Amino acid sequence: MSTEHPHNHSHDHGHDHDHSGAPKQPDTEDRALTYHAAMADAVADLLIAKGVFNADELRAKIETMQSRTPALGAKVVARAWVDDGFKQRLIQDGSSAVAELGLDPGPAPLTVVENTAETHNVIVCTLCSCYPVFLLGKSPDWYKSREYRSRVVREPRTVLAEFGTDIAEDQAVRVHDSTADLRYMVLPCRPEGTENLSESELTTLVTRDSLIGVIECKSE
Amino acid sequence: MSDFQPGDTVKVGTRFPIGHVRTPYYCRGLTGEVERRVGTFKNPEELAYGRADHEPLTLYRVRFRQKDIWPDYKGLDADTVDIELFENWLEPAA
Repeated sequence: MSTEHPHNHSHDHGHDHDHSGAPKQPDTEDRALTYHAAMADAVADLLIAKGVFNADELRAKIETMQSRTPALGAKVVARAWVDDGFKQRLIQDGSSAVAELGLDPGPAPLTVVENTAETHNVIVCTLCSCYPVFLLGKSPDWYKSREYRSRVVREPRTVLAEFGTDIAEDQAVRVHDSTADLRYMVLPCRPEGTENLSESELTTLVTRDSLIGVIECKSE
Repeated sequence: MSDFQPGDTVKVGTRFPIGHVRTPYYCRGLTGEVERRVGTFKNPEELAYGRADHEPLTLYRVRFRQKDIWPDYKGLDADTVDIELFENWLEPAA
């Protein structure tokens, strides 16, 4: 900071720098426009210009997709924990079972994989970043990282331990590589000591990371 | 093209075409077991180039033993990776 700067705040500065000396967080426009961001903007503009959809429809779609959170997946899991018939249908045909709850599973068939005392499941997309957006919302950044994508398929027990999840020595680890047209969600084990909880109380125990399979659900 | 059933052992093709290929390198040439027949879907290797005028392909989930993929794998014999693979990448295991 300049030593000439008069530290008298009674007048109107007419400037906007941060007196702490810390760099200002850049605004969206301060970052370089990437090639693909420019292409996405251009395609959206063209589709609107051609009347394929209008600006409000595009905005509403973005708003809807961004409103999706792992609470949707948690609702599905809690129902499966209290209703064994639903659980069987969920494992048999995830998309149809989810629709029973009035939820939109999205266009790709949902495949639900159940954790048991014998098997722990974990989801990855090694080729890109496929993720059950319709039930979990936007994926975490680590899910898209090269490190997670390459290592969880190569040394899943080590990666799970880094998430704080120690797999029992006699429990198998089953990795699901989401390479093509399915989307996956883990059905975590219902924690012990939750027998007296209601379905809505159970939903609060189910977090995003348990639905990806990097942790198990905890009782509180 | 063979029609596989759950439990059939299948071998993944060893080839390296350029394009939008959904068969991970790490399972090419390896043998696994069909976990389920998923259904039929248009071929992503064609769709990626705007070519949708073709018969859909059968998609399978194939289960591989980790120790068959990574010889130095640290874990149980029962540890597996399930991968979605299209019929054009699979042949009956000898």
